[in-house]
Parts: sequence; structure tokens; C-alpha cells
Amino acid sequence: MKALLIAEYRQGKLLDTTYELQAFAGLLGAESAMVLVGSPADLPKFSGKLYLADVAKYGEYNPDLHKKVVLEAVAKENPDYIVFVHSSYGWDLAPRVAAALRVGQVSEVVGLPDGKFEVTCCNAKLRRTVAPKSARTVITIQAGAFSPQGEPQGAPQVEVIDVADPAGKTEFVGYEAAEQKDVDLTRAEIIVSAGRGVGKKENVQVIAQLAKALGGELGASRPVVDAGWAPHSHQVGTTGQTVSPKLYVACGISGAIQHLAGMKKADFVVAINKDKDAPIGEIADVLIVADVMQFVPAMTARCAR
Amino acid sequence: MKILVCIKQVPDMESRFKLNSEGTWYDEADLAFRMNEYDEYAVEQAVQLKERLAGEPEITVLSLGPDRVVEALKKALAMGADRAVHVKDDKYYQKDPWQVASVIAGHAAGQGYDLVFTGMQSQDRGSAQVGVTVAELLGFGCATTLVGFAYEAGVITAKRELEGGSKGVVKLKLPALVTCQLGLNTPRYPTLPNIMKAKKKEILVQPVSELLKEAEVTGTGGMYPPAKRGGGIVIEGEVNDQLDKLMGILKEKTTVLRAA
Ligand SMILES: Cc1cc2nc3c(=O)[nH]c(=O)nc-3n(C[C@H](O)[C@H](O)[C@H](O)COP(=O)(O)OP(=O)(O)OC[C@H]3O[C@@H](n4cnc5c(N)ncnc54)[C@H](O)[C@@H]3O)c2cc1C
Repeated sequence: MKALLIAEYRQGKLLDTTYELQAFAGLLGAESAMVLVGSPADLPKFSGKLYLADVAKYGEYNPDLHKKVVLEAVAKENPDYIVFVHSSYGWDLAPRVAAALRVGQVSEVVGLPDGKFEVTCCNAKLRRTVAPKSARTVITIQAGAFSPQGEPQGAPQVEVIDVADPAGKTEFVGYEAAEQKDVDLTRAEIIVSAGRGVGKKENVQVIAQLAKALGGELGASRPVVDAGWAPHSHQVGTTGQTVSPKLYVACGISGAIQHLAGMKKADFVVAINKDKDAPIGEIADVLIVADVMQFVPAMTARCAR
Repeated sequence: MKILVCIKQVPDMESRFKLNSEGTWYDEADLAFRMNEYDEYAVEQAVQLKERLAGEPEITVLSLGPDRVVEALKKALAMGADRAVHVKDDKYYQKDPWQVASVIAGHAAGQGYDLVFTGMQSQDRGSAQVGVTVAELLGFGCATTLVGFAYEAGVITAKRELEGGSKGVVKLKLPALVTCQLGLNTPRYPTLPNIMKAKKKEILVQPVSELLKEAEVTGTGGMYPPAKRGGGIVIEGEVNDQLDKLMGILKEKTTVLRAA
């Protein structure tokens, strides 16, 4: 069995998620080769074949061209699996590769129970196994779901890939930096986060008061930030901060995978949710089944005593 | 300009899910359905573009699914789409993303669409494949996970959301497909007059068999609720009792409250 792992390079840097791809291939029991549109000066530690296309020529986001690079490596390696991380790069590129090859794709794999590809659905309330039906399969793995074992080692055997260069259909203009941070959640020992379940902007203050009473910081889920109830620097999750506090209190947060991705390293998780089945309960040490607006002020009063 | 918006109807995610008898999908009985959140951003963006171009573009909204999806189509019409296509498929959940995308591309081929909007993923299946695959099948330029959209003289300037809060700015020429993400806009609520107007708009019904030409490339093995992580404590009851228990646990199991 052979897997072709698609490494990623973003904003001038090889991404560490490369090693999660390797960990996944290890669990699959697959022999692996790698593809990278990146820099020859920043190669992953990997003992195997690495197909390298120079980012100076191909650009960091040029999906039409990157697709060709991957297809070229597929032709050379004839892999059973083509594996991406389910990231802004992977979810954009993987379906293009699958469509070009007319093969199946399994998105955001979180586990391999009995060798089956397990994914989540319905906001993580259910899990599903997906069975590939094509000779070859494109897989994206959830970032953080497959941890690398030990220090990566080895030096890849590099083969430079050069594909004909008709301009892609998308022109990359540039990056826009994340908003300036007014808080560093990555260092906070206690984080109390507000989710959509708090209901309205004014209620976020109530959550912030609990954070203050506990000597911690305010965090937030994505919809709270998008609604303008809290600044982006407070967002926890895939497209926010990855945090590892001693205590994480999730108030009115359902526990969507993209949120969990940012906080599942917390030592102790308390969730306050009126829905006993909310998926946050899956990772919470304590789930308080209650209305946040009743429970949180009471807890603040207790802690401020 | 001809615009296509693809929408899906999904259950309210706060529902209690039960499995169907085959154990391959959720049982639809007792669920309340609504338009997929990400698709609402797609409809809103299309309508905003139409407004900015003084009403010139014609917006078609398409949904694949059983009869209930007509409700989602009507909402999109009331938000400002001009016409709807209902690809009728009672067994929609047995189609894999490749088949769904080829059905949509099958409808779109020959219709002369310049711009297609989809959500970045559905809230129930979450494959994030359908939009991009439609673009590939139609040979359209494509950008995913938009949190910013501007259009000028045949060129889209899109902001893609990346990890950690930074954004990637890209340009693409029509014909193009973009997939929409939370944060792109705030979807409008249909007003009563617009709901009334929508009643007169055309909803074309087409059986999926007329459009489906592809076999599935992935299938569902089984479906099940996640295993609960061992040790998690659930506390129900009256707030003060819940608090007593929680404070006790926090004092015992963590170091954060010892000082308090
Ligand atoms: C590419 C991508 C990236 C993403 N990145 C992130 C990210 O970085 N961070 C992030 O958080 N999300 C992210 N998301 C969004 C994510 O999928 C979810 O939509 C989001 O996390 C849901 O936020 P929520 O839990 O606050 O809201 P919801 O899912 O709407 O949940 C609200 C919860 O509150 C509960 N509730 C309601 N009222 C009350 C009440 N009165 N008392 C108690 N409980 C109540 C409900 O039972 C429910 O469980 C991303 C999505 C995508 C597609």
C-alpha cells in the first residue's frame, strides 16, 4: 500500500502538520512519498522520496498549478491514497485532485477504527465511516487528529517536479495579517469562552465577568466573533487561537470540531450547555446542563466571594 | 450575468439525532430543517451583488433533495433570488459528494452561468467537496472559504480565510465559483412583501434521474454516536446544587481554585 502525502508551505514556512501526515500514513501501514510546493531551503525531515516544486515559481496559492504538480507525482508514484491535511490548503486542493482523477475523497478523517475511515457529521453529534469505492482515494485528515510519534528524522530523496506553466485561473494577490492581538490566550491559565448560546452581545460581558472573577481571560467561539460581540483575538479554534489552559470553561458552545481543534489540549474542561447531547460533552470533564445566563452569574458570585 | 446559488437544507444542529433503520444516516422524523448556514451567506452574497449591479444579474437557486427542500428554495427566493430549480431526490443522502457535484454540473452545463456561489460545506455531512468539484467539472476558476467578496468588471477579488486569522487575497475572472464562509456577510431576513412576491416566482422541478450520470465513488459504512470520553461528569439539577458539585470537583481535580 502506498500513500502520497501532500505537505504544506505557508507564509514562507513549511508547516508542522506535515508530520501528522506521516503519522497517519504510519497508522495506515502505508509506504509513503511526499509532495511539497515549497522551498529547497526548508525541507521536512522524512526518509523517502520527496517531489519538490519550487514555491518561487509556483506560488503558495495557485490551486490549478499545484493540482498539476500533485497529478504529476501521482503519475510517478501510482499511490493508493493521496493524503492532505484538512486545512485551507487541503480542502481547497484535494477535491480538485479527486475530480481530475475521477476518484473518491474522504474529508476530514478523525480516526481509523478497524482500518475504516471515520469522519464526523452533524456538528460532531454523529460519526460515520466512509468506504472508498474507487481504486485510488483522496483523503484529508483533521488537523490535530493524528499526533506524530517521536522526533521526525531522515533526509528526503528530492526529485524536482516541473510542470508546463500555463497561468492558473486564480491569481494570488497577498496575505492580510491577523488583527493585532490585545490578549495572548496561548499563555492564559484559565479561559472562559462565550459561544453563540449566550444569545446576545451584552451577555458576553457576563461571561467576561466570570473570566475576571477566576483571574482568567475571555475566549470566544467563531459566531460570537463574526457577530462582532468579541474581537477576533479572543477566538479559539482552527481559524483562531490554539490554547492549552489549566481550565477551560465553554459557555453556550456546541463543540464543533473547528472549535475543539483549538482547545482540546486544555487540562480540564467545564462546559455549560442547555443541551445534554451537545458534542462538547464528549470532551468535557464536567458538563453542567443549564442555561448559561442563570449558571454563569451564580458562579461568578460564588468565585468572587 | 447569470448567477447560480447552490443550497442544501439541513437539520437544526441542536436536534437530537437518531439513526435510520439501515444505520447509514440520521432519521429525518421529528427533525426541523433549515437552510444550511454556509449557504445563507452564499444567497446573501448573490443578492448583494445583484443589488450593486442595479438588478441586472439573474439569480437561480438550486437544491437537491426531497420535497421539504422547497421551503429552503422559497426562503432564497424571498431573500431575492429570481427562480429556483428543485432537483427532486428522496434518496439524496445516498449520493456521495461526487454524484451531487455532477448532478449540479449537469444542470449548469449549457445554462451559461457566469458565477456560482455555494456554501463552504454542509453542516450535516461537512465534506467541503461539492462546490470545488462543481467548479472543476465546469472548468471554472474557484476560490474557497470566502470571508470577503468584491466584484468589478468581470473580476472577483476574494478574501479567503486561513488558519490563525490571517487571510489570503486572490483574484479570479468569470466564470468562477466561490464557496462562502461564516463572516462573509449577515444574511437578511425575508420581509413579508418579499415572501409574497416569492410565491409568484418559478420553481422548476427536475427528477434527479435526468441529471445523474455518475456512479458513487465513496459509500457510507456505518453511522453511530461518538463514544463518550470516559470520566466526563454530567451535572443536572438546580443551579446552586450544580455549583456546589462543580466547585468541589474543581478544588479536588485542578489547582486553579485552591487560592480562592
Ligand atoms: C473552515 C472553518 C473554520 C472554523 N473555525 C472556527 C474557529 O476557529 N473557532 C470556532 O469556534 N468555530 C470555527 N468554525 C465554526 C464551527 O464550525 C462552529 O460553527 C462554531 O464553533 C459554533 O460555535 P458555537 O458553539 O458558539 O455555536 P453553536 O454551534 O450555534 O452552539 C451553540 C450552543 O449553545 C447552546 N445554547 C443555546 N442557548 C443556550 C443557553 N441559554 N444556555 C446554555 N446553552 C445554550 C446550544 O445548545 C448549542 O450547543 C469554523 C468553521 C469552518 C467551516
